[in-house]
Amino acid sequence: MIIRNQYITNMANNNQREDGRQLDQFRQVKVEVNPITNAEGSARVCIGKTDVIVGVKLSVGVPFSDKPDEGVLISNAELSPMSHPSFEPGPPNEASIELARVVDRGIRESHAIDMKKLCIKEGEKVWMVNIDTQVMNHDGNLIDASSFAAAAALKNAKMPHYDEKTEKIDMEKKTGKLPLADLPIAVTVYKIGSKLVVDPTYAEEQASTARLTVSTADDGQIAAIQKGGTEPLSIDEIRECFRLSVERGRDLRKLI
Amino acid sequence: MAELLKNEKDFVVPGEKIVESMDYIPGRNCFRDGNAIKSKKIGVVTITNRVISIIPLNGTYAPKVGDMILGEVIDIQSNGWIVNIGIAHSAYLPLSGIREFIDTTRTQLSSVYNIGDLIYSKISNLNGPDSIHLSMDDVRCRKLRGGRVLDINAAKVPRLIGREGSMIRMIKDKTRCNICVGQNGIIWMDGENQDVALEAIHEIEGRPQQEGLTDKISAMLDSRVKPAQVQTNVTNGIASKSVASGSFDPDSVDSEVGS
Amino acid sequence: MKRADGRSAGELRPVTIKAGVIPNANGSAMVAMGKTIAVAAVYGPRYLHPRFKQKYDKALLKTIYMMVPFSTNERVRPGPSRRSQEICKVTREALENVVCLEEYPKSVIDVYINIIQANAGTRTAGINAASVALADAGISMKDLVASAAAGKIGDDYVLDLAGKEEEETDCDVPVAYIPGQDKISLLQMDGKLPPEDVEKVIEMAIKGCKEIYEKQKEALRERWAQKGASA
Repeated sequence: MIIRNQYITNMANNNQREDGRQLDQFRQVKVEVNPITNAEGSARVCIGKTDVIVGVKLSVGVPFSDKPDEGVLISNAELSPMSHPSFEPGPPNEASIELARVVDRGIRESHAIDMKKLCIKEGEKVWMVNIDTQVMNHDGNLIDASSFAAAAALKNAKMPHYDEKTEKIDMEKKTGKLPLADLPIAVTVYKIGSKLVVDPTYAEEQASTARLTVSTADDGQIAAIQKGGTEPLSIDEIRECFRLSVERGRDLRKLI
Repeated sequence: MAELLKNEKDFVVPGEKIVESMDYIPGRNCFRDGNAIKSKKIGVVTITNRVISIIPLNGTYAPKVGDMILGEVIDIQSNGWIVNIGIAHSAYLPLSGIREFIDTTRTQLSSVYNIGDLIYSKISNLNGPDSIHLSMDDVRCRKLRGGRVLDINAAKVPRLIGREGSMIRMIKDKTRCNICVGQNGIIWMDGENQDVALEAIHEIEGRPQQEGLTDKISAMLDSRVKPAQVQTNVTNGIASKSVASGSFDPDSVDSEVGS
Repeated sequence: MKRADGRSAGELRPVTIKAGVIPNANGSAMVAMGKTIAVAAVYGPRYLHPRFKQKYDKALLKTIYMMVPFSTNERVRPGPSRRSQEICKVTREALENVVCLEEYPKSVIDVYINIIQANAGTRTAGINAASVALADAGISMKDLVASAAAGKIGDDYVLDLAGKEEEETDCDVPVAYIPGQDKISLLQMDGKLPPEDVEKVIEMAIKGCKEIYEKQKEALRERWAQKGASA
């Protein structure tokens, strides 16, 4: 509703939010580790009423010809029509593709997974890591929730046992963890009116004009950035986004 | 009279038998199956004389002629406005439904109500599921400016309004907020203690059936609302007080209607 | 007879049903039958586009059943498959009879069923969840619909097949049952068995449906009945 956008924008310009939070404050974050036992790793993250489940599935496949000694990472996201009245069933649209690729970029560029350790037989067999995001309820900030759930799912994933002689994966026997070097945490800062805000609700997202997603690694380095929305940002605003993302990222990291 | 399987205020789900007898008549949200009267919805049983009805606990708003609703103008046509009232079909406010005379050869409809405007309006006619006509002919009807909007479960609106408007009047008086409640579950408010009013509304929406709800809300409002700012004017040695309040009350019959 | 998971022949897996799990939806429910977990969300009655699909005298009931990629041991490719399309259809037909579609003309009632973990009996879990979700949404219905599957392993009639039992059984018969009418709205069979035996399998499934119906009522009661309204 237009009147709601105006109200939220006015509030933000006065450093206030509909639910009484500070502009740089997250809603309550809840993490449930490995709720899906059929997946090698999974995590359910609720940020306020936003609810996403990320599942990690491992299988054996053929590597890319330009990277014959590395495993393959594939990310997918489903903006399920069950999660919001405005979502329609059908093939992935640009929003779900962007979500999948932003989650992917954070993991890939931070070298979170040591891809070389996923090689079984160079040029022939490597581990394929499938990260699937399923949105259960959309009340804003899907990018942060999905990235966070992906990080938690990867951290708690178990590798199934691969028998070299029989060339069979034994899903029942899960040995060891994924070779993880780091875990990227994405925090998206949204611009509402003239102010910058973290963790918007759906209504706040509708009132926002731009957003900047920043994925940070363990040591505070930035691994991936994505700007969204039509309104341009100034360098000062971008700098402020970096600062907020690093700070909130550090808080979120403690929860995994 | 046959024995009731479910009594007044009992919770039922669709298909549950309330009584097995021809002595009773199915009312709202009930149906007869053979000898039995069964519920069609999740709700609470209510029995008046021999009519069994179910008060539903959830469900989208079902428009009725005479209902006051809140809607957002989403389109302007040659002879009226299309208004979104939050259900499967949009409503239509025809030119004939507004009080002022508009000369369409000289005046643009958008200058009266524009896209995005929020209006408090009355359902004047229902000609079918997708033909909902509105009118601004009631004194309470107006365009709402500023303020905030929220939506609640339409099934809970009767409880929020209360018997003859007692509950909503208490909330408005104690918080000194202006509040317009649409039967379609959309609510507009403006005023000083909005957050307290909001809390009261959420409490009523969340647990409408609880005992002593009115007293509980009253106590909560008394404890949470900041006292009014009082200005003391000294005129001719006699001190008089005027209490600062919000803008006009949409439900007060005397206020002038502006657009 | 002792089954792989320790159950007796006529025993359901542990069933958990919770209503109102998706805040944005008009109605929703989660049903866990053993390790199989289905989540259903209902949106409606709402506007149906394209307009030419609107029916002048009743609502359109649309059911979409989908398995989430990480729900199975081997990852499922996202998107509809022939199997999921068929399940959409039989699920919708199982529910259509009890929903009072004539009360919502020219609109659509969307039912989205997602299987977030699969261990046999996914369509039955889906129907159980959809049925509770429709009631949870406050949509007029003549009754709830409960669903369970049964089979025959050796000489025993077995209720609610799980895991490897799907391969060991002589037949797999999912059933959806309308308790108030004592009628069946979904019936399928894979296998090969004489008619009298099939009847016994169906009876076993109905027994399971009746138990699940009680849990469905309880889930709705838990969400909606409050102090002041007696259960």
